[in-house]
Amino acid sequence: MTVKHTKSLAGYALAAMLASTAFTGVQAQEETIKVGILHSLSGTMAISETTLKDAMLMLIEEQNKKGGLLGKKLEAVVVDPASDWPLFAEKARELIEVNGVSAVFGCWTSVSRKSVLPVFEELNSLLFYPVQYEGEESQRNVFYTGAAPNQQAIPAVDYLMNEEGVERWVLAGTDYVYPRTTNKILEAYLKAKGVAAEDIMINYTPFGHSDWQTIVSDIKTFGSAGKKTAVVSTINGDANVPFYKELGNAGIKAEDIPVVAFSVGEEELAGLDTGPLVGHLAAWNYFQSVDTEVNFDFIDAWHAYTGDDTRVTNDPMEAHFIGFNMWVEAVEKAGTTDPDAVIDSIVGVTVPNLTGGYSAMMPNHHITKPVLIGEIQDDGQFETVWETSGLVVGDAWSDYLEGSKDLIADWRAPMSCGNFNTATGKCGGSGS
Amino acid sequence: MLTRTRRRSSALGALAVFLVLAVATVTFAGTAAAQSDDAALRTQLNALAAGDFDDTQRQINAIAEAGDPRAAPALEALADGDLYFRRADNAVFITRKDGSDYALRDPLTLEDAGTAGRREVKKIRVNNRLRRVIRTALGTLTLRAPDPAARIEAADAIFKAQDVDSIEPLEAALAAETNTDVARHMREARAAAVLASDLPTPDKLEAIATVAARGDRDARSLLTGISNGPDTALHEAANAAIAKVERVQGLWDTARNIWFGLSLGSVLLLAAIGLAITFGVMGVINMAHGEMVMLGAYTTFVVQSLFRTAAPEYFDYSLIVALPAAFLVAGLVGIAIERGIIRFLHDRPLETLLATWGVSLILQQTVRTIFGPTNREVGNPSFMSGAMEIGQLTITYNRLWIVVFALVVFTALLVAMKATRFGLYVRAVTQNRRMSASMGIRTPLVDALTFGLGSGIAGIAGVALSQIDNVSPNLGQSYIIDSFMVVVFGGVGNLWGTLLGAFTLGIANKFLEPVAGAVLAKILVLVFIILFIQKRPRGLFALKGRAVDA
Repeated sequence: MTVKHTKSLAGYALAAMLASTAFTGVQAQEETIKVGILHSLSGTMAISETTLKDAMLMLIEEQNKKGGLLGKKLEAVVVDPASDWPLFAEKARELIEVNGVSAVFGCWTSVSRKSVLPVFEELNSLLFYPVQYEGEESQRNVFYTGAAPNQQAIPAVDYLMNEEGVERWVLAGTDYVYPRTTNKILEAYLKAKGVAAEDIMINYTPFGHSDWQTIVSDIKTFGSAGKKTAVVSTINGDANVPFYKELGNAGIKAEDIPVVAFSVGEEELAGLDTGPLVGHLAAWNYFQSVDTEVNFDFIDAWHAYTGDDTRVTNDPMEAHFIGFNMWVEAVEKAGTTDPDAVIDSIVGVTVPNLTGGYSAMMPNHHITKPVLIGEIQDDGQFETVWETSGLVVGDAWSDYLEGSKDLIADWRAPMSCGNFNTATGKCGGSGS
Repeated sequence: MLTRTRRRSSALGALAVFLVLAVATVTFAGTAAAQSDDAALRTQLNALAAGDFDDTQRQINAIAEAGDPRAAPALEALADGDLYFRRADNAVFITRKDGSDYALRDPLTLEDAGTAGRREVKKIRVNNRLRRVIRTALGTLTLRAPDPAARIEAADAIFKAQDVDSIEPLEAALAAETNTDVARHMREARAAAVLASDLPTPDKLEAIATVAARGDRDARSLLTGISNGPDTALHEAANAAIAKVERVQGLWDTARNIWFGLSLGSVLLLAAIGLAITFGVMGVINMAHGEMVMLGAYTTFVVQSLFRTAAPEYFDYSLIVALPAAFLVAGLVGIAIERGIIRFLHDRPLETLLATWGVSLILQQTVRTIFGPTNREVGNPSFMSGAMEIGQLTITYNRLWIVVFALVVFTALLVAMKATRFGLYVRAVTQNRRMSASMGIRTPLVDALTFGLGSGIAGIAGVALSQIDNVSPNLGQSYIIDSFMVVVFGGVGNLWGTLLGAFTLGIANKFLEPVAGAVLAKILVLVFIILFIQKRPRGLFALKGRAVDA
């Protein structure tokens, strides 16, 4: 396997030079199937995305050990969109047009996904998107292997309501599209469950917010109204560390006011002493602590690949594991890497996930997943305290929002539509 | 319903039970009865391994009811997530992680019981609800613990749980309690439990008074719970008590905002004070200032890693070593930047801005390559962890130390600039470079050292900020805007302006935040600064003199 690192600016010049000479040389030796990896290796999002690049390289290497795909070796093409949203679109174009990749695995933030959507549509290629997101989207060329809101947020709220008897809710998030949409859905859901408006407090903070004193103190006050209170946190990546530090220092224990987070995984906890945080929760579809043989094998392989047995695994890595295996199986089923053939053959493909079950690709290009609620442990891991009894089907359009509850997505013929309005019977209903 | 006499007699009964238990514990080894007790307790503990949360909860309650204090270590281990069972035979052990294996201990005798691999044992799951149950169970088991802190904790656990069954053990414990502080906590716990019980109204009114005297959020929370009950007398008493608690709370809220503002101000001061030298005094628009802070934070990480491997017992002193190290690292990098780039760009602010911006990106990516993109864990030494309570003001130690530290750094810098020969040179060179050079001052050396000083101070700030923020390559970016804001607002070239600017912005931000929300508060502060600069372009303290007017 050869890994070609094409770094932003110098990359263009090099690629142009190499294209004429090296490209023909490679073809003569051995024909490969190229797989694009579109994750930021520099800038603010590098903290989360670099790991995913490594995970993809590991998966590709393992597939090549098993003999590759359709008798050919796989070749990873890594680019660095540098946490710069417009650059994501440029790099996606470069991957598809210049490098001729058969599929792209990448993106983290919703903004970056929205920025590459038109490119994948125009050039008709495939994107596997591995991160939990706000839903309200289904696109023909994109496969959403992360959780939709009904596979993460709603079950987490159900758990707190039923198991911990929570009656008062703080919805705290970073001020951007994912938390705002998720909180809109959650607010509608809570009200549908009979929670009064004065029992819901919504709070937004800027990106990278580091002074949490006032908010933590507000949460404490809000929590002293005689009803069991919980915080539902959609606070993004970096801001979590000071938030949890402040919680710990202010003496808010999980037994008094639990915090359930949707963006905090093993990776984010790595920079923290989790002693004071034991019992705070996270909702994901995978935890490193899941004790199944297939997960132990995955962790061992990851430690062997990175040569570092302290590296953690996390939920988006599992999403890539599932997405990659689905793509491999769909290509084998179709007998070609042609995007149209793969889009047709991938619906219904079922592959093992790391929690001991199987995940299937649904017609709306979302997948089925179990939902796990985990509590933070003092070793920086999560302990599963609750899980759904079966698999949950990812719902592209939320049932709790006006304008989206009538919409469904089905990319199989004859419907082939990402936003079919069941009320009007037409494709292309309202919604973003 | 319980009457007073019955309660007293059952309190005596509880005392008797305690005595019997104490005797049983002392003599258990010898007697056959105790041995069967032992087996029964072991069966009860082993039963924790089976079933779901509800089963475990029933089992914990059963153990608590049996009241054997020997169960306490196992329950504590369960709450801490250290209680595992062996898959082969469902035997329960207290474990400790040992590499990738687990070291086992017997839950009753606490003797060593070998090791097991991670696939052989399974953890007994607990969640927050179970931890609450365990805390209450342990509360009744540890009300007579020798350590006063443990007794207070036990009483507080009962206060929170409002555990009606604990009234009798509490009264028994109260009668024997000599420590007034512990006794107060116990009385409050008893009052909370009484409010949840079905005792007559006079008892409850008395309890309301006891709880209201606490005057804190927990008290308010508890009182709100009963204020909408059916009993009107209680209802009124509770509402009056709540009103009183809230009046007190209002005052404390103001105090809290001032403290939060001071704390935020000190963070801003630390971040900006180095910039007050490089930008304020030297006039260099240094966009790589934030990266100096980051370098300081990473130096702290490296120093702490060395301490962890070489001398873990002296970990608390790691910050004291990190301070000079961070000053040197950031200072040397600063001097290198000044000598390598900035000196060629004198009086070309736009080019300086772009060049230092480039330097900041290079430094970020270098750190990312060396240390990886993820957050690094910087520990808090023990004197910086936790919080103290002044009335109802929770003051966290790390914030307190940062306020103190910021003021110390400020004073030291002020002295260095005003009272040393080096400070005189710096002021001379910045006010009139050519004149100073004519007087025999080596201006290039002074430039390099001044920039090094500013960067070094930023490095020191990084040591402090590593205690409250992420240590990641992006650390510096989040402070650069705030730093410029403080320096410009305070008045370029004036250290006192920076001090006053930082605290003004901090306190203003914290009073706006509860009203307007964090996002809007930040915007409002920014708008305010823009308007202020329109009115007073030179900031709070304008520097006067010919150099400025020129």
